Amino acid sequence: MLGEQIIKGMAVTARNFFGSYVSKERLTTVQYPEEHLVPKENTRQFPFLVYDGDDWEKGLRCVACQICEKECPPKCIYIVKSKDKKPDYKGQPQLYPLTFDIDISVCMSCQICVEVCPFESIKMDTKFELSTGDRFGGLLISKDKLAKSNGYYQRIHPQDAADSDAVIAAEKAKAEAKAKAAAEAKAKAATAAMAAPPAAAPAPPANPGQKS
Amino acid sequence: MSSFFIITGVVTLLGAAFAMSLRNLVHCALAMAIAFSGVAALYLQLAAQFVGFAEILVYVGAIAILIVFAILLTRSGEAPEQSVLTSGWLAGIAVSALVFTVLGWAVLNSSAIPRQTSPAPVVTVKNIGDALMTKFVLPLEIIGLVLTIALIGAVLIALKEGSQSKADDEGLKMKKPSSSPSIPGSQFSTGGRP
Amino acid sequence: MFNSLDQIFVTALHWLVSFVPEALRPLASSLVCIAFILSVFPGVFAITTIFERKGIGRIQNRYGPNRVGIPFTKIRLCGFGQFIPDGIKSLTKEDIVPRAADKIVHFLAPVVMLIPVMLAYAVLPFGKNMSVTDYDAGLLFFFAVGGAVELSVFMAGWSSRNKYSLLGAMRAIAQMVSYEIPLILSAVTVVMIVGSLNLSEIVKHQNQYTFGIAHWFVFTPWGLAGFILFFIASLAESNRTPFDLPEAESEIIAGYFTEYSGFKFALFFLGEYLGMFAIIGLGITLFLGGWTSPVSFLTWIPSYVWFLSKLMAIVFVFIWIRATLPRLRMDQLMNFAWKFMLPLALINILVAGIWHYLGADWQRWPVCAAIIFGAYAVLGRGLMHNQKLGKRIYRYAE
Repeated sequence: MLGEQIIKGMAVTARNFFGSYVSKERLTTVQYPEEHLVPKENTRQFPFLVYDGDDWEKGLRCVACQICEKECPPKCIYIVKSKDKKPDYKGQPQLYPLTFDIDISVCMSCQICVEVCPFESIKMDTKFELSTGDRFGGLLISKDKLAKSNGYYQRIHPQDAADSDAVIAAEKAKAEAKAKAAAEAKAKAATAAMAAPPAAAPAPPANPGQKS
Repeated sequence: MSSFFIITGVVTLLGAAFAMSLRNLVHCALAMAIAFSGVAALYLQLAAQFVGFAEILVYVGAIAILIVFAILLTRSGEAPEQSVLTSGWLAGIAVSALVFTVLGWAVLNSSAIPRQTSPAPVVTVKNIGDALMTKFVLPLEIIGLVLTIALIGAVLIALKEGSQSKADDEGLKMKKPSSSPSIPGSQFSTGGRP
Repeated sequence: MFNSLDQIFVTALHWLVSFVPEALRPLASSLVCIAFILSVFPGVFAITTIFERKGIGRIQNRYGPNRVGIPFTKIRLCGFGQFIPDGIKSLTKEDIVPRAADKIVHFLAPVVMLIPVMLAYAVLPFGKNMSVTDYDAGLLFFFAVGGAVELSVFMAGWSSRNKYSLLGAMRAIAQMVSYEIPLILSAVTVVMIVGSLNLSEIVKHQNQYTFGIAHWFVFTPWGLAGFILFFIASLAESNRTPFDLPEAESEIIAGYFTEYSGFKFALFFLGEYLGMFAIIGLGITLFLGGWTSPVSFLTWIPSYVWFLSKLMAIVFVFIWIRATLPRLRMDQLMNFAWKFMLPLALINILVAGIWHYLGADWQRWPVCAAIIFGAYAVLGRGLMHNQKLGKRIYRYAE
C-alpha cells in the first residue's frame, strides 16, 4: 500500500526521538568540555617519567643512560647527565639526569623510548589538553613537569603498571638473591679463611689433610 | 474621486507605461504585474471582492509567471535591446489618442452605465456562484470545454516531441553497438579487443 | 470568566482604540492588529527554528543547540535563546550583491516575498471574533496572495544572474504551481459543504458537538482525505522536505537563495517560515476546526490557545517528516502531484458531493470511505507500477 513505508519510517524516528530522552544508546553525544570519554587502556599521548615514593627527585627511576635520546626518531629528548651518583631501587649508585626535556611539538608518540628503556622509567601519558599560548618554549616540557608518581601510572595504565612493577620486583628479587648468595659465599669464605689460618699457623705438619 | 482612487490609477498607468517602455524585458513583465495589481486594487475599491482577488490569483499568480517563463525560455541572458521609441512614434500617439476617444465616447454613451448613480449593489460571492450556475452556466461550460481542448492540445504537442526524441534515442542505441565494432570494454561487440 | 479570558485580546483592542478620536478609529484598529501579527508570528518563527533544530537533533541521536539561553549570562535555558545570536548574525553579515545582478529586482525580491505572506495572516481567525478582516471571499484572498509569492521566487532567481539560482527558481515555481492545484481543490470540498468562502463561517460550521466530539471536517472521510492532500500540498508549497529540491544544499547550492546573504537571506528565511505558518493556519481553519476544541468538555480553554496548540502540533509533524523522509527528485515530485494528488483531489470533490446528497444518515460514512479508499488503492498501485526500478540506462554515454 502506498504510504505504508512512510508510516513505518516515522515510527522509527519517533522511537529515536523519545528514546533519546531516556536511554544513553539513543543519545550518544558526549558534551566535550564538561564530559569526557573514558580513555582506553592503550591510549598514549606523550611520555612522562615515573618516580617511586613521595619525593620526585629522590625516587626518579631514570638513570640518564640516554638510550631513549639516541633511539628517539625525531630526536625530541634532551638529556644532560649529572656528575654525582645516587642509589637506585636496587641499592646500586646510578647517575641521574640533571636536565630531561621533551619537546612535545616534535614528539610523534611512537613509544620507542618506552620500548627501549631498560629501567621502566619512561612511560606514555594520556593527557592531551596541553595547548598553550607560548610559542617559544611552552611545548618544551622539563623534568619537573614530566615526573609523575607510580601511583598515577597505575591509575592510567593499570595492566602496564602491574607488568612494570612485576619486572622491577623480579629484578629486585634477583638482585637480592644474588646479594644473599654473594653474602653467603663471602661468609663461607670468611669462616673457611678464619678456620684455616689458625689451624695452619700452630701445626702446619700436624694436620696436612685439614687444608681445604 | 477619492485620493485612494487617484493613487491607484496613477500606479496602474505608470505600471502599464513602464511595461511598454523599459529596455529589459523582464522588467517590463514585472511592471505589468504591478499594473495588474493596480487593476485589482481598483476592483476592490468598487467592493467587488471576488473579481479583485481572482484578478490577483489569475493575473499576478499565473499569467505574469507565464509571461516570464516565455521570456526566459525563448531569450535567456540577452543584452537589453535598443530604445523602444521608433521613428513613427508621432503617428503611434495619434492613433492611440483616436482609439481612446472612440472608446471613451462609446463607454460614456452606453446603456450599461446608469444615469443616476444608484447605490452600489451588495454582491456576495454566493450571488456570483448562483449566477454562474443558473444564468451563466452555458458560458461557464463552454469556457471549461475550451480550456480542456487547449490542455489536451498542449499535452499532445509535448507528447509528440517527447516520443519523437525517445524514438531517436532508441534508434541511436540500437545502431551504435553494430556500427562501431571496437568500443573498448563492450562485451557484445564483434571484432573487439581480445 | 472563561469567556472574558477568551475575548481578552478583543477587549484589549477596543480599549486601546477608544483612546483615539472617532475618525481615526479604523486606522488605529488596523494598526494595533498589524502590530499584534508582526510581534506574535515572528516570535513563533524564532521558537520554531529552535524546536526544529533540537527536534531534528534528538531524532538524529544528538543534542540540538543547548548552550545559548540568555545572552551574556550562564543561564542555559536548554538552548532556547539560540535565535538571538542567529538574528544578530544575519543582521551583521555583509550584504553582497553580485556585480552583474539586477540591483533593483535583487533588492525587491525578499520584500515581494514577505508582503503577500504577511497579508495572508489578515484573514485567518485566530480565536473567536479574532480575525483581522472578515472578507466574504476570505479563502480566495488567501490563495491569491499565495500565488504572488511565486513572482518573488522568480525575481530572486532571475536577478542573481546565476545558473544555479535560475534553475532553482524554475524548479521552485514549477513545484509551487503544480501543488497549488491539489491545495485549492482540497479546500474546495470544504467550501462546497459549508457554502461560503468566509473563513469565520467555516469555523462556525465546525463548532457543533455531537456525543461530545466536535464536527471537525477532518473526522469525515472526505475531510480526512482532503486534510491529507492539503497537508502534503502545504509541505510542497513551503518548500519543506521531502519537497525541498529547489533549496537543497546538497543539490543546487541554495537554489534561488544562492546570491543572498545577511539580512536579505534572513528575510527569505522568515518569509518561508511565515508562509508555512499561514498555510498550516489555513489547514487548521478548514479541516481541524480553527479555534474550536475537539471535545465539548474542554471548551473552557481559550480559543487562541487551541489555535496555537494546533499550529505547533502540525509544525512538529512537519519537523518529524523532515527528519524522516529523503528528498523527492524533480520528476518524482511532478509525477506525484499530477498523477496521484490531482485525481485524488477530484475524486474527493465527487465524494464530498455524494456526502452532501446522501443526506444525514449513517450510510454515507461507509459509502464515501469506501470510494476514497478504493481510489487511493488503485492510484497508489498505478503509481508504484510505473516505477522502472532497474539498471540505469544512459542516453548519450553508451
